[in-house]
Amino acid sequence: MVEFALPKNSKITGGKTWPKPAGATETREFRVYRWNPDDGKNPSVDTYYVDTHDCGPMVLDGLIWIKNNIDPSLTFRRSCREGVCGSCAMNIDGQNTLACTRSMHDVKDGAVKINPLPHQPVVKDLVPDLTNFYAQYASIEPWLKTTSPTPQKEWKQSHEDREKLDGLYECILCACCSTSCPSYWWNSDRYLGPAALLQANRWVKDSRDEATGERLDNLEDPFRLYRCHTIMNCAKACPKGLNPAEAIAELKLKMVERQI
Amino acid sequence: MSAPDTPKRSMRTPLGRVRNLGAAHSGTSDFWRQRITAVAMTLLMLPVIVIVMMTLGSNQAGAKVILGSLPIAVIMLLFIVASAWHMKIGMQVVIEDYVHNEKLKLISVMLNNFFSIAVALAATYAILKLSSGV
Repeated sequence: MVEFALPKNSKITGGKTWPKPAGATETREFRVYRWNPDDGKNPSVDTYYVDTHDCGPMVLDGLIWIKNNIDPSLTFRRSCREGVCGSCAMNIDGQNTLACTRSMHDVKDGAVKINPLPHQPVVKDLVPDLTNFYAQYASIEPWLKTTSPTPQKEWKQSHEDREKLDGLYECILCACCSTSCPSYWWNSDRYLGPAALLQANRWVKDSRDEATGERLDNLEDPFRLYRCHTIMNCAKACPKGLNPAEAIAELKLKMVERQI
Repeated sequence: MSAPDTPKRSMRTPLGRVRNLGAAHSGTSDFWRQRITAVAMTLLMLPVIVIVMMTLGSNQAGAKVILGSLPIAVIMLLFIVASAWHMKIGMQVVIEDYVHNEKLKLISVMLNNFFSIAVALAATYAILKLSSGV
């Protein structure tokens, strides 16, 4: 059966409260999930106090401040710091989002609570293991597939057809949507999840692609596609404002369309 | 129905695990039938409530008179078929979502089919018996 409770070795125990920074006039409390694969202990939640006058406004700024000034062992992914790379996806105050685009002032009610993306194996602290997520993306073969002879210049596309990719091509594969989806939590071994399916729809809708039927064949499966029950957590979580649930509904519609 | 090898037990590549046995090339029919039966039940719900209310307080002879009408019998039979089918598909989705043990899943799906067919046949038999006045 589905596991509704955390496994014994994933249960959160205690945690360290680090002293407030000396001389800080205004601080913000951060409660951060910690787990080290090397010490054999259960995960914990450490409490830090960030000097908000010495730090940028975003949650990621706070994490970087903690790493630079309090605890260099705190581990998290980050790269672009402007919502383009998707590296710093994590669960902030109960919602999957990007730490670099979530202002700590938008987190109401006391402490900024930070956990890794839900229901994924943890590598360390806030770093989830996204191997399966990336393999699912690879499985939808996210590249242009054609049989016609390659043209001398580019594959042409009308403005109207190009507009059909809006709302799809912007996906940065941060995994916020897939890891917010209960169907993905229970069946991520077989259900492709909102991110991979949104990307699949991006190629199904591309007017230049000649493998539309083959792509739909690859998705037509009770688990790969039809585990989506339109829960809509994906659309709520997406930090880029995309709607994977709508993309999945479009795929289902195409499946019906080619049968009726 | 078989689940992919878990990473702990297997040295398969992540892509190999995701591709596993390939797509089943099914699921659309159930998806479409679930929608058809949902729409059918929405349309039939009101007439069925009215018919059930008409039979309230009446004895078997009274029920026979009401269900002896062809349109009423057809509405009831359509509702039974639509709801039993919808129930079967809906329950199968729940089983597939939450039951991960392959043997238990197989047995549950089988029992779900048996139960839905039995309920549909029993209800159909009752309606036919009453409407034919036997």
